[in-house]
Amino acid sequence: MSSPTIFPLGHEPIQDHCFSADGSILAITKDSNVEIYSVTGAAPRLLATLADHDKKVTAVDISLDGKIVTCSQDRNAIVWTPGVTYTPTLVLLRIDFAATAVRWSPSGDKIAVGSGDGVVAVCYFEEENDWWISKHIKVKDNKRSTVTNLEWHPNNVLLAVGYYDFHARVFSAYVKAIDARPGPSVWGDKFPFAAPCGDFQTETQSGWVHDVAFSPSGDVLAFVSQDNSVNVVYPGTAVISLQLQDSLPFTSVVFTNEGELVAAGHDCHPVVFRGDAHGWAKAYALDDDTQVVIERSEEEDDAYSHANALNMFKQLDLKGKVVNTSQNNNGLLPHIHQNTITRVRMLSDVHISTSGRDGKVVIFTLN
Amino acid sequence: MGSSLTAAICLEDFASQVAERHNRPEIEAGESPELLLNNMTISRNDNEKVFIEPSVNSIRVSIKIKQADDIEEILVHKFTRFLTGRAENFFILRRVPIKGYDISFLITNFHTEQMLKHKLVDFIIEFMEDVDREISEIKLFLNARARFVAEAYLTPFD
Repeated sequence: MSSPTIFPLGHEPIQDHCFSADGSILAITKDSNVEIYSVTGAAPRLLATLADHDKKVTAVDISLDGKIVTCSQDRNAIVWTPGVTYTPTLVLLRIDFAATAVRWSPSGDKIAVGSGDGVVAVCYFEEENDWWISKHIKVKDNKRSTVTNLEWHPNNVLLAVGYYDFHARVFSAYVKAIDARPGPSVWGDKFPFAAPCGDFQTETQSGWVHDVAFSPSGDVLAFVSQDNSVNVVYPGTAVISLQLQDSLPFTSVVFTNEGELVAAGHDCHPVVFRGDAHGWAKAYALDDDTQVVIERSEEEDDAYSHANALNMFKQLDLKGKVVNTSQNNNGLLPHIHQNTITRVRMLSDVHISTSGRDGKVVIFTLN
Repeated sequence: MGSSLTAAICLEDFASQVAERHNRPEIEAGESPELLLNNMTISRNDNEKVFIEPSVNSIRVSIKIKQADDIEEILVHKFTRFLTGRAENFFILRRVPIKGYDISFLITNFHTEQMLKHKLVDFIIEFMEDVDREISEIKLFLNARARFVAEAYLTPFD
């Protein structure tokens, strides 16, 4: 296993990150801005700052052809078309609450946006009016429970959505004007718009669903939730729920292949799980305790001593004395990420990228 | 105590789903039952306990400090008043403790974004240890002072 690549990109929390399809461009969220970096050189180089949102940006995604979509708590989503500069186009979402999650469909002709009142807006481009319009998916028995995350099925029609009301649901997002009629799959035979194709809960029936993911074939669904579980669904059978005792909840999950998934979250390092229809188990942890020697750049060192100094003054402030609480490794956690990982994404077959609230994006190589 | 706190401080950014374009601690707003987790009380006895209320983007930790007699009661009152009066300097301190407790901390996702989680947990635990020690120290000091004053006053009548 080669050592992970680390991009320290400031100290503000990164809610979401995304690499372009060829891995040359990295987009990260930074408060109400989105920053675009070129990562082909030795160090990431800032290309552009997208600053049209006026509240915190919650998610960002890049399509195959390089278009960037961002959504924010100011209730808007914007599509940025690359050119000399990035040209913004506002998406007509018609939602009344914060937009919390956004994803391009695999073919890049539709966008799904999750919102704070449980509505999922499926957006597509209307040529004649030259704008993005949306259709809403609402859940009847869900009284405004925020959407946590969503994920497209590889067939460009189905959509998996996680909610704060402890449910993960699968819907059809079939848009007549755009999609060819999809063939039957394990999720059903007919897919009219907004048809529910599945509704899943964890074993304990509690715990907010933080993230959902489809396997590459689209026949398996995984979701992670606050009750510390990783759940895998093979349609037609019971949910395989894996409760973990010795770790904190995961916030993000992604499939690497049909029999392997990576989850990461409040424990600050990714964990790999393997299994099949008969059962899943934890395989190994990436970047776990003490195995990796953290190499820091000078700039970073500076930042850490900053944090230490700040801590010292806080202690002086509170107790009139300084207590040396630093554990081994300078009081830092023995992981690369020093705060919760907000998103895991697939980069290539053997690489995953993670972003954390500590302002780092890291690329890990899988075994 | 430490592990309960670590588990409870798994917070994330959350825009209000009740009020448009708001972002506030859900534990204080209390408007969406599914966003609040089960409350937890950890107590040594009736006089010393900790009450943890977790939610999606904030947790409230309330502490009842040991008060064995009247003097300790007065001291704790003065001590917490001193702290809460300066709450803005302590970031996570809540200005008004919740009912039945002496002092409350409110930790939101913005705090966990700026500070390291394990340090926050360490801080609260250390605070609890220190406050007990401090109160008993002040009490001893007060008694010693009272003795000294009494002696000084009563010397003429010797």
